Amino acid sequence: MAISKNDLLWMYENMYKIRYYEDKMAEAYTEGKNPVFNIGAGPVPGEMHLATGQEPAAVGICVHLKKEDTVTSPHRPHHHAIAKGVDLNKMTAEIFGKETGLGKGKGGHMHLFDPDVKFSCGGIVGAGIPHALGAALAAKKKGKDWVAVSFIGEGAANQGAFHESLNMAALWNLPLIVVIENNQYGISVPKTASTSVASNDVRAAAYGIKGYYVKDNDPISMYEVSKEAVERARRGEGPSIIEIETYRYLGHFQGDPELYRDKNEVSLLRDKDPIIRLRNLLISEQNIAENDLDIIENKAKQEVDAAYQFARSSNYPNPEDALKDLYVS
Amino acid sequence: MQGTKTRLLTGNKAMAEAIKLEMERDPNVFVMGEDVGVYGGIFGSTEGLFQQFGSDRVIDTPISETAFIGAAIGAATEGMRPIVELMFVDFFGVCMDQIYNHMAKIPYMSGGRVKLPIVLMTAVGGGYSDAAQHSQTLYATFAHLPGMKVVAPSTPYDLKGMMISAIRDDNPVVFMFHKTLQGLGWMDQLDASVGHVPEEAYTVPLGKANVVREGKDITIVGIQMTTHHALEAAKKLEQEGIEAEVIDLRSLVPLDRETILQSIKKTHRLLVVDEDYLSYGMTAEIAAIAAEEGLYDLEAPVKRLAVPDVPIPFSRPLEQFVLPNAEKIYQEAVKLVNE
Ligand SMILES: Cc1ncc(C[n+]2csc(CCOP(=O)(O)OP(=O)(O)O)c2C)c(N)n1
Ligand SMILES: [Mg+2]
Repeated sequence: MAISKNDLLWMYENMYKIRYYEDKMAEAYTEGKNPVFNIGAGPVPGEMHLATGQEPAAVGICVHLKKEDTVTSPHRPHHHAIAKGVDLNKMTAEIFGKETGLGKGKGGHMHLFDPDVKFSCGGIVGAGIPHALGAALAAKKKGKDWVAVSFIGEGAANQGAFHESLNMAALWNLPLIVVIENNQYGISVPKTASTSVASNDVRAAAYGIKGYYVKDNDPISMYEVSKEAVERARRGEGPSIIEIETYRYLGHFQGDPELYRDKNEVSLLRDKDPIIRLRNLLISEQNIAENDLDIIENKAKQEVDAAYQFARSSNYPNPEDALKDLYVS
Repeated sequence: MQGTKTRLLTGNKAMAEAIKLEMERDPNVFVMGEDVGVYGGIFGSTEGLFQQFGSDRVIDTPISETAFIGAAIGAATEGMRPIVELMFVDFFGVCMDQIYNHMAKIPYMSGGRVKLPIVLMTAVGGGYSDAAQHSQTLYATFAHLPGMKVVAPSTPYDLKGMMISAIRDDNPVVFMFHKTLQGLGWMDQLDASVGHVPEEAYTVPLGKANVVREGKDITIVGIQMTTHHALEAAKKLEQEGIEAEVIDLRSLVPLDRETILQSIKKTHRLLVVDEDYLSYGMTAEIAAIAAEEGLYDLEAPVKRLAVPDVPIPFSRPLEQFVLPNAEKIYQEAVKLVNE
């Protein structure tokens, strides 16, 4: 499949941006937590689930999405948010708990909502799938060609919500695509100890829908199968499941002692890093000058730096604002 | 427990030790839940158990709460004594049908012929910016539904003793442990999360409140973190010449009305503090008991301090605004005593 240079560069830029964003978040998260780690301390308190290494899943499908398409995301949401075009300043401010954040500091990193680009996420495993199902239902009712993409981890494919939603999406022929990021673990539990099948794409057969499998965290294959899945959904040809083999470079959350896995595992994964692979491919196969990639990278960095600057320099909400927004006016 | 050997243990180690002792004693006891195996429970409740008992008796489950909590019911009907962990109480939403329509009601609906000796243990509480879906206590949500015992111990000693009681109980027990009282290295370090715990098995009854500080001027009722906040407030009140009596509820169901009523007979003032939502909650229940059975002992209206009926917000200043703490308890207590 021929992929346009534009799309390839878009994917590269966004993967780079996500990686830089997460690296910076990992750093910001440790502030105030040294020398003694305390989850509640510092400018970014609470749980923090980073998506470092999982960029291909997000960019490979979001490159095919438009603003009107819906994305739901789980507890590990930054890569999806960035790829869907969530306002980076407001997202970062939310994660820092500031009044300028997407949710005025009420939501936090696991609860980002940007209705402007139809993005949402949440902290309950599997809960976003029915929301995407409903968005797909609404698109069909409105006669639009919009699609809904629900990103989940492989662990979430064992929740009832996954099976219930896919059956309904198939039954009603809805434009729902469930992207399963198989990063091999649900916290400490390896996929082999939680899932009765080797990969979740085969579960598509249970609902009579399409299932795709992407090997090796490959953004190009992710691009290709996603293109087919999204186009099919837009044409009214129904839902699909995409499972992508991806890698979690970091702990489940920051501060995870990771005693359940071999420390070597991650360095082997990092050796096959998808961003480096895509960069090399752009240079060798697309004749893109290194200099042009440097420019793209710098632009991404500047955008992220500005977002962190915005977040840090914003004010905290007034304490009494805790009582506002329970009902909309 | 005089004359027995004790050590200092954190809350989580006390809990895990209780489970270990009961597993050694009774082969029907086993543990199921997410990350209870090698990880030892996200909040340390099963630390060391996998290493001792292996994967047959300490079972990591998929993220399928309806299935594994429902399976605890089925296994219990076969004479097993399952301990299942719901990692955060907030996740009850995905499995509540099994809990309240089945676990809680089957013994009753069967006319007492089906026993369900299940412990559903679950982590509660906020204060560390884990936001709206990971910070609730939901004490009253569970306590409202008949058919389960619901306990919430506040010290390592009680965590162990009440866990052993829960495992030996033939009824379903929802065992809530407070994250910050587990004494984990990566959370706030509180003195209250470490305490003297005897080595051997012992029981602390389910359904008995504990007067943790005696006083004559005001009764402050708390549970888990709010008990510790109340004790801190009591120290400050003492400097003002106010003698606060602090009651640690320990158990929501059964509820020890007697201890509360006895206390207000003495102090004539009641302040109830809860880390759960205010309305329709534990504070309302205790205020109602005081109104129904102790009204003439009171010299001032009952005061309640709890989360002001909003979800727990993420940002620190917002969260601190909604959660009770020692200072807020102190302020309320001073007002109440001067009323
Ligand atoms: C209903 C529910 N159960 C359990 C959890 C706790 N939890 C949060 S993330 C997680 C693991 C998720 O694994 P996976 O779906 O593979 O996503 P990953 O973290 O690997 O990205 C668990 C068990 C939760 N948030 N919600
Ligand atoms: Mg996973």
